[in-house]
Amino acid sequence: MEWTSEMTIMMADGVRETLFMTLLSTLFGYLLGLPMGVALAVTDKNGIRPNAVVYKILDVTANVVRSVPFLILLILIMPLTKLLVGRSYGTAATVVPLTVAAAPFIGRMIESSLGEVDHGVIEAAQSMGASTMTIIIRVLLVEARTSILVGVTIALGTILGYSAMAGIVGGGGLGDIAMRYGYYRYEKEIMFVAVILLVVLVQIFQTIGMKMSVKLDRRHR
Amino acid sequence: MAGMIEVRNLSKTFVTKDANVEALQDINLSIQTGDIYGIIGMSGAGKSTLVRCLNFLERPTEGTVEIEGRDLSKLSEWELRAQRAQIAMIFQHFNLLMQKNVIDNICFPLLYAGGRKSTMSKEDARKRARELLEIVGLKEKERAYPSQLSGGQKQRVAIARALAANPKILLCDEATSALDPQTTQSILQLLKQINRDYGITIVIITHEMSVVREICSHVAIIGDGRLVEQGRVADIFSHPKTKEAKELIVKGRGEERRTLESHQKDMMKGKCCIRIVFSVNSSFEPVIANMVLRFGQPINILRADTKNVEGIARGEMILSLPDDLQMQREMKAYLTERGLAVEEVDGYGMD
Repeated sequence: MEWTSEMTIMMADGVRETLFMTLLSTLFGYLLGLPMGVALAVTDKNGIRPNAVVYKILDVTANVVRSVPFLILLILIMPLTKLLVGRSYGTAATVVPLTVAAAPFIGRMIESSLGEVDHGVIEAAQSMGASTMTIIIRVLLVEARTSILVGVTIALGTILGYSAMAGIVGGGGLGDIAMRYGYYRYEKEIMFVAVILLVVLVQIFQTIGMKMSVKLDRRHR
Repeated sequence: MAGMIEVRNLSKTFVTKDANVEALQDINLSIQTGDIYGIIGMSGAGKSTLVRCLNFLERPTEGTVEIEGRDLSKLSEWELRAQRAQIAMIFQHFNLLMQKNVIDNICFPLLYAGGRKSTMSKEDARKRARELLEIVGLKEKERAYPSQLSGGQKQRVAIARALAANPKILLCDEATSALDPQTTQSILQLLKQINRDYGITIVIITHEMSVVREICSHVAIIGDGRLVEQGRVADIFSHPKTKEAKELIVKGRGEERRTLESHQKDMMKGKCCIRIVFSVNSSFEPVIANMVLRFGQPINILRADTKNVEGIARGEMILSLPDDLQMQREMKAYLTERGLAVEEVDGYGMD
């Protein structure tokens, strides 16, 4: 098989589309998942403002959304996607189901990161008369910073994986290329190149994420 | 005059799945302005719960806590937060923000605590934080992170942070329990100085009698969730009434001896020290006194004790000899001639 310049352009487009979907979905995922995770951590029975009702509602929501397989979710929420983006297919349209799938997963990671914060530090802030909001912003999120960044790295990798299924709704991206050429047309070389590019992207996210979290950690120097 | 802290009929019960745990029962305390008040008890006695009731980190099940005549249970949530800013607290494990440097840790209560948004500018907060660092003797550590500091330094930062909002009361929850004896001493001296210079009332929770003896004016002894004895430290030490008080004082003697020994070890560094053991018959002659007269040199007695070895009482002494080597040899020979066992010791030959 001859490697043509069209293929190079196709791969470049694939990388661009994959990055677009992954980064945008992660961003929106955190816009929803961060408050959700904070609310889970705070209303937990060992949290700073226990609230069994709120906790249970968020807890069940997170579990339900996370139980639905991504492909099913993608089709299930098509009406919502159409409402938000104007159409239910294409790269931009894929961001909606990706965000919905990512948010509860991100919420759980935030909940777990905040749960790791030393209770003594929270108690110290309470003893100074700090409000719940102050403790969330100035203590919990600050002390959990490293763990949250590790979470972002994991989220990016996972969402990038989900985005490969976007081909179903004409979402494009490297995953789509790999499926169309490798799975449907047996053009293995193109599939390999696409997969290798995916691996490289994950590797880059992972490396940058871990470097940043270590650099920003003040605990051991 | 009403006290700074008045605790009346306070009880605290924790409800768990299996049973109700009565952590505190019917506690009455009156702590006056400027007191250094020790609350001592064995671990599990309920003293940590009691100190948390003083700033309502734990709400008492029954009874009241009044700070300068204000009943904490009657305060609204933000009034309580403002009140807490007046009641600083330090902890056994320091509880500093690990991701913030020293100066930002101290600025925290100035900028964010006390309920409402602080009116203090960041520059003013930093200026105040620097003054506090000077007080606790850590001026040069402004930019360090807690993980780069020793335990004693961390506690000093915590004390500076506690003092930032000009509190009237400082609660210390086992504040020296994670520190070695020397560091404990220096932290206690710092607390004493703070009490003297700023008139801050200090409440100290501890399980170590030596801490109470060192700096407290008053002490309350907690045993099994009840207050068993309270009063001036001097009175309790000379006339302990209850079993708990007596036990703690006896335990305290051991601690004190260890502190004393560690002081002695410092004194023995670089000195020639010997241990001599008297058997029964050697105590007729005043050996040490005669030796001092004979050589005309003063001898420092670092420790004298009797030990029961296999049913026979033996006297033991640790002496620090003059620096002159010739003199040292002659003195050792003098003691050996008189039938004493002489052994050279360094700082660790004392246990």
